[in-house]
Parts: sequence; C-alpha cells; structure tokens
Amino acid sequence: MTQDEIRAAFLDELVNVAPDIDPMTVAVDDHLQDDLELDSMDILNLVTALHTRFGVDVAEAEYGQIATLASAVPFIAERLG
Amino acid sequence: MAVMETEADVQSIFVQEASLSGLDGGMNIAHEAVDRHVAQGHGDSIAIRWFGKTGNRRDVSYADLSEMSSRFAHLLHDHGCGRGDSVFALMGRVPELYAAALGTLKAGMVFTPLFSAFGPEPIRTRMEIGAAKVLVTTAKTYQRKIAKWRAELPSLKLVLILGDDAPEGCIALGPAMAAAAPDFQTVRTAPEDRALIHFTSGTTGKPKGAVHVHGAVLYHAYSGKLALDLMPGTIYWCTADPGWVTGTSYGIVAPLVNRVTMIVDEAEFDLARWYSLVQDEGVEVWYSAPTAIRMMMRAGAEAAAPYDFSKLRFLASVGEPLNPEAVVWSEKVFGQPFHDNWWQTETGGIMIANRPGEPVKPGSMGRPLPGITAGVVERYDGRLRELPSGEIGELALRPGWPSMMRSYLHEQGRYGKCFVDGWYLSGDLAMRDADGYFWFVGRADDLIKTSGHLIGPFEVESALIEHEAVAEAGVIGLPDETAGEVVKAYVTLNPGFDASDALERSIRGHARKKLGPAVAPTAVVFRQTLPKTRSGKIMRRLLKARELGLPEGDISTLESDET
Repeated sequence: MTQDEIRAAFLDELVNVAPDIDPMTVAVDDHLQDDLELDSMDILNLVTALHTRFGVDVAEAEYGQIATLASAVPFIAERLG
Repeated sequence: MAVMETEADVQSIFVQEASLSGLDGGMNIAHEAVDRHVAQGHGDSIAIRWFGKTGNRRDVSYADLSEMSSRFAHLLHDHGCGRGDSVFALMGRVPELYAAALGTLKAGMVFTPLFSAFGPEPIRTRMEIGAAKVLVTTAKTYQRKIAKWRAELPSLKLVLILGDDAPEGCIALGPAMAAAAPDFQTVRTAPEDRALIHFTSGTTGKPKGAVHVHGAVLYHAYSGKLALDLMPGTIYWCTADPGWVTGTSYGIVAPLVNRVTMIVDEAEFDLARWYSLVQDEGVEVWYSAPTAIRMMMRAGAEAAAPYDFSKLRFLASVGEPLNPEAVVWSEKVFGQPFHDNWWQTETGGIMIANRPGEPVKPGSMGRPLPGITAGVVERYDGRLRELPSGEIGELALRPGWPSMMRSYLHEQGRYGKCFVDGWYLSGDLAMRDADGYFWFVGRADDLIKTSGHLIGPFEVESALIEHEAVAEAGVIGLPDETAGEVVKAYVTLNPGFDASDALERSIRGHARKKLGPAVAPTAVVFRQTLPKTRSGKIMRRLLKARELGLPEGDISTLESDET
C-alpha cells in the first residue's frame, strides 16, 4: 500500500467511527481527541477498525502514534512493512 | 434488617466524623474546603497538583486556591451577579475550573458543571432549565457550541473565557481575575441554601437538575474519610471529570474538605501517562471507573509490570458495576483491588461501598455506610414492601443524609415520584446477600449506562428525529465489554429516504454533532415500523429483549409490532 492509500483508508475508518467529521477538512496535524473531539471509546473503535482493515495491531501504549494523520500514516506503513 | 437509628443519632455520626468549622453559624462549602485550612495554618499545603496536556505542571496551594476563588467571587459580584444566581462551567480540567467552582460558592451563587464533551444540544437544554446567568468556558468551546444560540438564552448575562483573549461579547478570565481583589468575605450561606445543581437524565422528558445544598459538605467530609480513606496530606487522584457528579463531590469537595493533595490531569485516558502519574506522584488513593479499569486490563499485566505502584493504599471504582474479573485483576497488578461503590447524582455522595479495611466481595457494590439505611423493595398496591436477602427488587434508601438532593429544579412532580412510603427509590435493581452486601442487577427503567455516564434515551431520540430522514427513533443500551453499555438506535425513515450505509453514517454524524460522542449512538439500524403501545409509546424494553434474545415479558400493551 502506498502512503496515499493508507491515508485514504485511515480517513475512511476515522469518519466511519466519527461521521460528524468531514474528511475534507481534516488537517494532517489535527489531534484525534483535542481537535476532532473523539473520546476514549472512539479511539478504541478506531483501533479495532484499523485492525480489521490493515491487520495491524495498535497496542494501548502506541495510541499516541495514531493521534494525528501525520504520525498515523508512517506508523501504519512501517507496520505493513 | 439493620437496627434503625434515630435521626438525631445518625446526624451526629456525620457531624463527629466530618469535623467542620461552620461559618459564624452558617455553612459554606468553599469555606470548609479551602479557607478553613488556610485559617488553621495549612495555606502552604498543596491542594491541586495539575498536569497539563502538553507536559506542563503547576502546583496550587490551599492559599493560592483561596485567593483564586476569592478573585473569581469578586469578579462575579463586580458584574452585578448576586446570591442564588446560576453559574455554569464548560471546560476541561484546569485549575481555573476549580477556582470558579469554589468562587461561585463563596459568592453564594449556584454552580453547575457540564461535561465539556457534550454537544450543543445537551448544553443548551441544561442551561435553559438552569436559567444560566454566567458561563465559564474556553474560546473554542464557545465558538463551536454556544455562540450560535447565545442570543436565544436571555438569562445569560456574562460569558467568561479562559485565557487572555475573548471573542466579542465575552470577557477574558485571565485579566479579569488579575484585576479583581484577592480577598473576599465569603457569603454566610445557610446549610439549606442551594450550592450545586447537577443534571441527570430521565427516561422521558428533559434532563433533571438535582439541587444540592451547602450542608451536603458534611457528608462529603464524612464519606471521603470512611469510603475513600482520605486524610490530610493524602495524595489522591479522582479520574472523573467535574462535569459529572463524581468529579465534583469526590473530585473537588470531599478531597479538599479532607485537606488532601489532588492530582488533576487535563488529558484524557492514556495508559502509559496514567501509570507514570500513579508511580511518579506516589498516588495513595485512586478513584476511577470501570471503563478505564477495563481498558487497563485490555493492555494486560505486562503493560503495568515496569511501574512501581507500591504507594497505592486504596483503590475505588464507581459509575457502573465493576465486574469481578477486574477486581481480581487489579489486586494482582496493583497489589490492591479496586473497591466498587454505589451512589447517584441524587444521593450526592457514596451510599454503599466496599470500604477500606473490610473484605471485598468482587462484583458486589459493598455495604451501606454507617448512618445509611438501604433496602431492596417491591411495590404493592401503591405501597412498598422490603424484600428479604436473596430477592431482586428496587434499591431504596431511607432519606435524611446531608448530601441528598433537595429537589429537581422546577420539577416537583418528578421529585415527588422518587419517594414512596418513606423510601427514596433509586431506579436500580439490586439484591442483598446474607452478609448485607448489595449486588447490582440492572436498571428498573430504560436509562443507559455507558462509560459511567447515565444517558436518557429520550434525549437521544429527540436529536435523532431532527435528522431530515428520520421519522421515529427508539434508543436502547446494549452490553459492551469495555463501556458497560453502548447506545444503539432503531429508526424508521420518512418517505423518500432509503436505508443505506451512507444514511446510517449521516444520522450518526448528525447525532454526534448535536449530542457529542459520549451520548450519540454508536450504531443505527433501520426498521419499517417500531413496536408501540396503544398510546403510541415505543417499547424500548421489547427492542432490547429481542436484541439480546431474552424473553419478551408482558406484551399485552403492544399495539403495533416491529417490522
């Protein structure tokens, strides 16, 4: 998967968990909780969705890595190898 | 059945343990929580050890908190606000929130904290019912959730904005606090004067504002000691947000009255951050909630292994029943089990608890605190009968403890319905075992408990039908491993709309915008019709029974069924 494909898929899962978000307006540095107002349960649902979509496990200690698009895309790319 | 103490005996138990000073024959929570300690020479003790989202930290001493709250009280007075006026707060966990709460009480006004993750709709409803005169919030929250409808709330005279700048029509809190005088003569409120209003959800109709008085502080002092082992100097962390009653009763009042040092973390749940805080700050008493504890469990004992938890001496949990596995797990990992306890917005304080020094029964909420009489009851012919051990009925309490609500704001009828035959009815179903421990069984009504928050289905349904496609909506709670329950909605569509994934997302998105993520449904399913009674009420109970494959019970009132 290219970084662009990962980015699109991540956004797709994000707006499925939180459909109040307009994917066109998400900036690369927007923080899922501070800027996009996801709560802890949303994060958990997103992690589950990422697992299904990419087969990637995100441990609790790594939630910070997926907090913005800027950090999540390279993180997932690295995991996918 | 417990031996009934006389009312005078019971009150004296609370008074002796609480050891408050009073305020020249009056009673004011802020005086007992802060100024009293300063007057007694403890001004340098740390009241709040605050951790900001971005890694900054700040210590606020009792003397600092006294001064900050005095400045806030002055500020309110300087703007023409007076005794009994209503102050709402809608912001994250920052020191100013605590100063605002205490300053409001010093000024003899009534404080209502709201959960800052609420969407605009629940905020507006609550501010309308409470006739908010003052709002303290952040610029971002104001612009996103308030500005659009502010002009339609005529009671609202003053909006204070955290920081040094404020949008048009608002006042920046930073410079206003700096300009206000640092000392304030605390208003000599009476024990029965209103202090706090906490909103709680109903199954039908609007949310209810439970009114609490200054005299409640007696019970906060008492229960903080007995149920949480709070002592002067204890390093204590209550993870609840002050937007909910736990975050106020045991996140502001009880700890400060008992002169502890409170850890306040502005950030949301983050495993590594939480474990580091407990270790590095030497947290001794930790009060949290099942959803957070289950998130810790998901990460496993390995994630906790590198940390030193040896300072912890008491762990407690509230919000929804804590499953026995979590109790056992926590004892293994932290060296202490989480002690479940039970209470409600209406009770103002902990009623039933697995107390320090007593054996924990995993899965049980514990036993009533001394001075509290609880029972399991059932109704017959408009009266109540107390049930013996082992039988399931409604959990009820004999009213009279100091932190009991005094009314629901403007809702005398709904308040009156809570009391039958000298009992307060909690709405929870429970069972008492032979040892006097109580066990939660479920709700007696349709309220949903998700991540420790009580959600009224009616409020969610009302928001859903504002979506152009939705004709009718029924909302229920379904069991969830982590959140306890999650909110699920069943909707029928208006003509011209067809069920699709895109529409499902659109409806959920709409609900999240209106209600916020904690309240909005996590799933929406489509139906041709919903099961209804003859009077047209949607039978949520039936939706739930079918979803869970449980017996449908009495369906004699069913007029039109689900398709």
